[in-house]
Amino acid sequence: MNFMGYVRPDGKVGARNHVAVIPSVICANDVAQAIVGQVQGTVGFFHHQGCCQLPPDLERVTDTLIGLGCSPNVGAVLIVSLGCEGTDHERMLETIAKTGKPVQIIRIQELGGASRAIQAGIDAAQELVRQISGLQREPAELSNIVMAIKCGASDTTSGMASNCVVGYVADKMVDLGATVVFGETTEFIGAEHILARRAVNREVADKIYEIVNRMETRAKSLGCDMRKGQPTPGNIAGGLSSIEEKSLGAIVKSGSRPIQGVLEYPDMANGRKGLWIKDTPGREPEILTGMACTGAQFMMFSTGRGAPQGFPSMPVVKICGNPNTFERMSHDMDLNAGLIIRGEKTIEQVGEEAFQKALCVLNGEMTKNEAIKYFNSIDIHTLGPVI
Amino acid sequence: MSLQLALKINDRDNVATIFADGIVSGSEVEVRDKQGNSEIIKVLGDIPFGHKIALKDIHPGEEIFKYGEEIGAATKEIKKGEYVHVHNLDSMRGRGDLKGERNK
Repeated sequence: MNFMGYVRPDGKVGARNHVAVIPSVICANDVAQAIVGQVQGTVGFFHHQGCCQLPPDLERVTDTLIGLGCSPNVGAVLIVSLGCEGTDHERMLETIAKTGKPVQIIRIQELGGASRAIQAGIDAAQELVRQISGLQREPAELSNIVMAIKCGASDTTSGMASNCVVGYVADKMVDLGATVVFGETTEFIGAEHILARRAVNREVADKIYEIVNRMETRAKSLGCDMRKGQPTPGNIAGGLSSIEEKSLGAIVKSGSRPIQGVLEYPDMANGRKGLWIKDTPGREPEILTGMACTGAQFMMFSTGRGAPQGFPSMPVVKICGNPNTFERMSHDMDLNAGLIIRGEKTIEQVGEEAFQKALCVLNGEMTKNEAIKYFNSIDIHTLGPVI
Repeated sequence: MSLQLALKINDRDNVATIFADGIVSGSEVEVRDKQGNSEIIKVLGDIPFGHKIALKDIHPGEEIFKYGEEIGAATKEIKKGEYVHVHNLDSMRGRGDLKGERNK
């Protein structure tokens, strides 16, 4: 089965054709924002990392920004560097350039400050947009797709409707030869034994237990009950009483296919096929970045309470399990899985609708959050302190 | 008033999820399982949309099951028909406040 995508010089196929403006450090955000505000066809990744962090985190931030630049939905890249940051902006430049995409860099300190950098950045971004904007979509196999999965602002309808729909699409994508990645390690707590049973081998099963244990140990490190942190007050108001209940509903979204392995947060999919886990927290700004970094062309996002946000370079399709929420937030929710709760449709029926919606979005149809640019609050998941 | 529905997901479950608005103390709900069996249960206390009802008496410390899996333990005596949520169900995971926590 085919979709219409943008074939990149490295052979990956994108569902969007953005020029990505990537600040290498939080201190470059204002300049990057001014460029994105002026130049049509650009998106910015306004994260809060990149300096005064321990070396493993600086490397993680550099790798994640490289992954975002290498994403097939990105056709060209402008790196905005301050000049004295802790991330390795030269490695970013070299590695992203290896994809064969046009890449440029501006350095704020070297250019003589913010206003001059904004001017240089606008000129550079204008050139990049003109270079890639004439590119045409071509038919490409769905096996080129990396589908990301997430559930957020969940309630008890998520585990019984919208996550089942996402799981249906995940299975179908895996069967068509695509890559599917899910995460939210916190939301494996209490359900890890079920995931471990689906691992392709003992090593992968052990790795699943290991990442859950690592996440739970972090959660327990402050010596309190993590309830209110996970599940959130919104989850609790929606009827979810414990992390175990949330997790058991959350893992349904991964479908039923075997789990091939576990990716670290900055890893790219790079040709891995089938169903994979990426070790991420559950919070949206960090997991969405991690998934876009994997190389996902789109995300299927299940919600019950109504999470409105997306990601700058990766369309996010909202599948809503709660019929009341869908009616209240119809301009944020892409598909109503609440009809399953009402007994008006089956999981398979809504699953097929969701698959068709995914194809339309891959072919260029904007998701609701994309059309209103509800996607700017993003961040990169780091492990150590800011120092 | 028409009958309101609650869903029991797995045979092992001792709670069901109510998908109806306006369930107040004394309402009757029809609890259905996947095999199509149903049982009418009288509700004790008000229960919001998407929240859980006890399908049998549950004693303090006893495990609470949904999806056929453990979702926590009862912190007090729960009667059949009673509302089950954070006021009478404790999570057993991510509990930095507890010593000797079960960790599977």
